[in-house]
Amino acid sequence: MTVYSCPELFLCLNMKIRINSKETETGAATLMELAREMGLPAKGVAMAVNNRMVPRGEWSATSVREGEDIVIIKAVCGG
Amino acid sequence: MTLTREQKLRYNRHLILDGFGEQAQVKLLQSKVLLVGAGGLGSPVALYLAAAGVGTIGLVDGDMVSLTNLQRQVIHSTSSVGQLKVDSAAERIKELNPDVQVVKYPYFLTEDNAAGLIREYDFIIDGSDNFSTKYLVNDACVMEGKACSIGGILRYAGQLMTHVPGSACYRCLFPEPPAMNEVETCSMVGVLGSIAGMLGTVQATECIKYLTGTGELLTDALLTFDAISMRWNRLEFEHNPECALCGAHPTIKELVEYAFKPCSKRQKD
Repeated sequence: MTVYSCPELFLCLNMKIRINSKETETGAATLMELAREMGLPAKGVAMAVNNRMVPRGEWSATSVREGEDIVIIKAVCGG
Repeated sequence: MTLTREQKLRYNRHLILDGFGEQAQVKLLQSKVLLVGAGGLGSPVALYLAAAGVGTIGLVDGDMVSLTNLQRQVIHSTSSVGQLKVDSAAERIKELNPDVQVVKYPYFLTEDNAAGLIREYDFIIDGSDNFSTKYLVNDACVMEGKACSIGGILRYAGQLMTHVPGSACYRCLFPEPPAMNEVETCSMVGVLGSIAGMLGTVQATECIKYLTGTGELLTDALLTFDAISMRWNRLEFEHNPECALCGAHPTIKELVEYAFKPCSKRQKD
């Protein structure tokens, strides 16, 4: 996937996306930046954009765009 | 195999079901399913599989029934507190449907016994309460070429996926378990009891579909459920070619149990 670098920084701030169905503002340009911004742990977490899972290896190369639906899933072990 | 008169009555609603019928019912009666964990998820799974007439149900669980289990582990009852879970569950299954043969394994799944146990069965259901066992089930199923359902529940939510040989495995999605200090367990943060039923009945349904060749399975996808928003969400993903277990160049070639037991019995559940 192409990374769209931000020509002017202010355009990247306050982008509105939905995270786990909640409207959220972010300055993150990529999923990796979003993960860092949210302080997600290194293991046991998956992210999906518009209902498609994005492997961790592709987080840095996956841009976050205005209006996108992002789901963050933590593995749970209860049974 | 032909159904007896009694079986024709017992399974009547399956027999008249469009797309199911006697052929599917006979397949169920000839199938063997292994349940890893006879707890929250394992209870509804065992009850529905037994009622459906799965011929052999193997139960792996070294735990005993405690009072804190009964809020969600509906196969057990107050009088079974202190009993081995496999004994208590086996009794209930027998009461429900004498067609079912129950095989009891009153111990936990380990790297030494996992492959041997799983090899004997057609479908494996993980209803365990810790990552160590979930990864063991996943790894052993991939190595033995077995189909399985892996599920997890916590607080008001749950998640599950189905794996069949060739489809994405649990490690394609979560390559490794979370770090120990990140793991939350039902005994730490609680779980709404009915969530076990919601997720467990989906696992049982997937199992029946697999055994009878009915419909499309929950493969290459994770189904999540959240009771707070009352939303189910199906998230698609693909088999990861870089998966350490089932990818092009696997580095995991034998069963190794994660040393830590994040949701361990030491926490009294």
